[in-house]
Amino acid sequence: MRKLLLKGGRVIDPATRLDERIDLLIADGVIADRGSDVKPPDDAEVIDVGGMVVAPGLVDMHVHFRDPGREDEETILSGSIAAAHGGVTSVAAMPNTEPAIDTPSWVEYVGSVESPITVYPIAAITVGRKGGTLTEMAELAAAGAVAFSDDGSPVSSGTVMRRALEYASMVGKPIVSHCEDLDLVAGGVANEGLASTLAGLRPIPAAAEEAMVARDILLARTTGARLHIAHVSTRGSVDLIRRAKDDGIAVTCEACPHHFSLTDDAVRSYDANTRVNPPLRSAADVAAIKVGLADGTIDAIASDHAPHSLEEKQVEFDAAAPGMIGVETLLPLTLTNLVQSGTITLERAIELTTTDPANILGIPAGSLEIGAQADVVVFDPEWAWEVTRDWFRSKSKNSPFIGHTVKGRVILTIAKGEVVFRDEESTGFDDGNAHEEDEPEPRELPVHARG
Amino acid sequence: MDWTSKHLLGLEGVGRAEILAILDTAAKFREILDRPVKKVPTLRGITVANMFFEPSTRTRISFELAEKRLSADTVSFSTATSSVKKGESLRDTARNIEAMMVDMVVIRHASPGAPHFLADHLDASVINAGDGPHEHPTQALLDLFTMRSRLGDLEGRSVSIIGDILHSRVARSNIWGLRTLGASVTVCGPATFMPAAIEGLGVEATTDIHEAIADADVVNILRIQQERQEGGFLPSLREYTNLFGIDSARVAEMRPDALIMHPGPMNRGVEIAPDVADGERSVILDQVTNGVAVRMAVIYLLARARAAEKVEESEILAEVEL
Repeated sequence: MRKLLLKGGRVIDPATRLDERIDLLIADGVIADRGSDVKPPDDAEVIDVGGMVVAPGLVDMHVHFRDPGREDEETILSGSIAAAHGGVTSVAAMPNTEPAIDTPSWVEYVGSVESPITVYPIAAITVGRKGGTLTEMAELAAAGAVAFSDDGSPVSSGTVMRRALEYASMVGKPIVSHCEDLDLVAGGVANEGLASTLAGLRPIPAAAEEAMVARDILLARTTGARLHIAHVSTRGSVDLIRRAKDDGIAVTCEACPHHFSLTDDAVRSYDANTRVNPPLRSAADVAAIKVGLADGTIDAIASDHAPHSLEEKQVEFDAAAPGMIGVETLLPLTLTNLVQSGTITLERAIELTTTDPANILGIPAGSLEIGAQADVVVFDPEWAWEVTRDWFRSKSKNSPFIGHTVKGRVILTIAKGEVVFRDEESTGFDDGNAHEEDEPEPRELPVHARG
Repeated sequence: MDWTSKHLLGLEGVGRAEILAILDTAAKFREILDRPVKKVPTLRGITVANMFFEPSTRTRISFELAEKRLSADTVSFSTATSSVKKGESLRDTARNIEAMMVDMVVIRHASPGAPHFLADHLDASVINAGDGPHEHPTQALLDLFTMRSRLGDLEGRSVSIIGDILHSRVARSNIWGLRTLGASVTVCGPATFMPAAIEGLGVEATTDIHEAIADADVVNILRIQQERQEGGFLPSLREYTNLFGIDSARVAEMRPDALIMHPGPMNRGVEIAPDVADGERSVILDQVTNGVAVRMAVIYLLARARAAEKVEESEILAEVEL
């Protein structure tokens, strides 16, 4: 296995509270050494990462890789390549595939497909994700499932959810709940508010999400089981979760970049790429999500990467499939809309995208300690650039952020000790791209080989 | 003239001068409709496709008549006769129509934003003839035309819209147009029919019919659709009529000169009593006649804006070639 020395970067490792300008040596797939002036072995590639941030590879605990079933939209491999492009080295893949991931053999399949990164399967809560019979959670966990979720198809029966929580706690895995009361959603496609009224789009009340968040919190209290709430999007949900945590209930939650980067005003364009469940919310909701991320109510940032074909998106807004890709824009949107804006510190941003989701899932990721698996991301926090359709490596291109300018860009991703992505453009700083214009002083090329 | 847009997708964002340009042009066409020969050669050679993805009788006929009176060539289809039933996408349907060299598309569709979608994908001019609960700009324009012909300038006038505001494209387009022309607007209906944050459109909202009609210069009564009762929005049409129906007793509460309007088709005895619909305050049939003139004006102005754009393009091309 190759040896790599990342030299002179700002190394941030929330797990060990480290934030220093040091070198990081990777050898034999693990973090071999770290400190100032680490001597590279003769056969090591030395990469100068001065001015760059070096962090644990990102953990995206909510992706849809559409494999098996919709390989035209994404496969485990193509999704993994996209993830690597976004600096993500561990993902948890949702089981709403065709067929659903509800048997040990399908769990093993998801976990064993060759991938440049590490793909952790999430298995279904109920057979076929139909909300009825519980899956064989013990066997599924033994086969590698890290959590259980019927994502996209909320468990509507309170009794089934209660038993799922009890049963999952026996096998030591969290239930990931997609909280939407579909009866209250009532066929809606956009957040209920001024934007839906102006656009004439059928509204989804915030209460559709909050009613199920409240139910699941109460069931977590009743059962003592571990509950993780996916894609929290409303102020009311944040308030409910904050209170639940104060009460000592074992609840964690995640927020998605689109829910803190866009408001429901975006749907007024009728761009089908802005249709997502739960929907883009009001400015007050966005503000509450940011407060929740800053004060620790929200534990993780996850993309809910949801690839869709052009045919499913190049249609009328209310006929479009909900969801957007996001594993590649997870970090730039976090940096741009949370860190640059002063909502949270860079260290907190890294914690929210590495250590904390890794802890929720109980997976060995999100650490740069010596001996840890060498999953590392290197990014340029100052590089301002425009997201383009062609930049994406996902098989699908359904991003509402195409055309947006963001600040911060992944230039190098290392997974399991191997370089799985290296930004070709970052070696071309001399060409006078936008990034260089932002930089007052010329620098050495961030990536070069030695030996 | 102040009309330069290629499409008419809604009245939101359309300025006062532009609305007046349409209404003034419509006044000229309205005169033509009173002549023995009700046809002008203005749009000879222009082809208009009427794409109705939702049932409609009066709007479709009104557009067809407007097109024919301008001497445009027209093709019309509704979902019952189109390939949409065979699963063809809106985009493909539209592109096929356009491949037949159509200059203008009139679209009625159940999905809000469908006309905007077409405008993004087609070179043709697009006229929104109603997109779900979003907008129905030509209906609002004909309503404005009818109000102005009776009341003159609408600045400072007050208009009340009664009924299912939540699902009404007529209400939304009327609100934009009326607010732009300086009228105040009150919307009134059952709480289940009141959209979220409707005050954000600059209107008063009330569930009290007496309050809504007392001082109004115009009472515009929306159609109550039978299926709303089935959707659980209303306990019964009977109760709706009791609470919000406009009968002669309620007309007596209005100002003596208040106008009664209805976009049609009417449910007589539900939202409007028959004697009110046919009464002397009713301008409902005027609305229908004016609708043809207003649609002639819209089609004419869009065609002219389109021609101007083409001329500019060809001038630019000519310069490049030189």
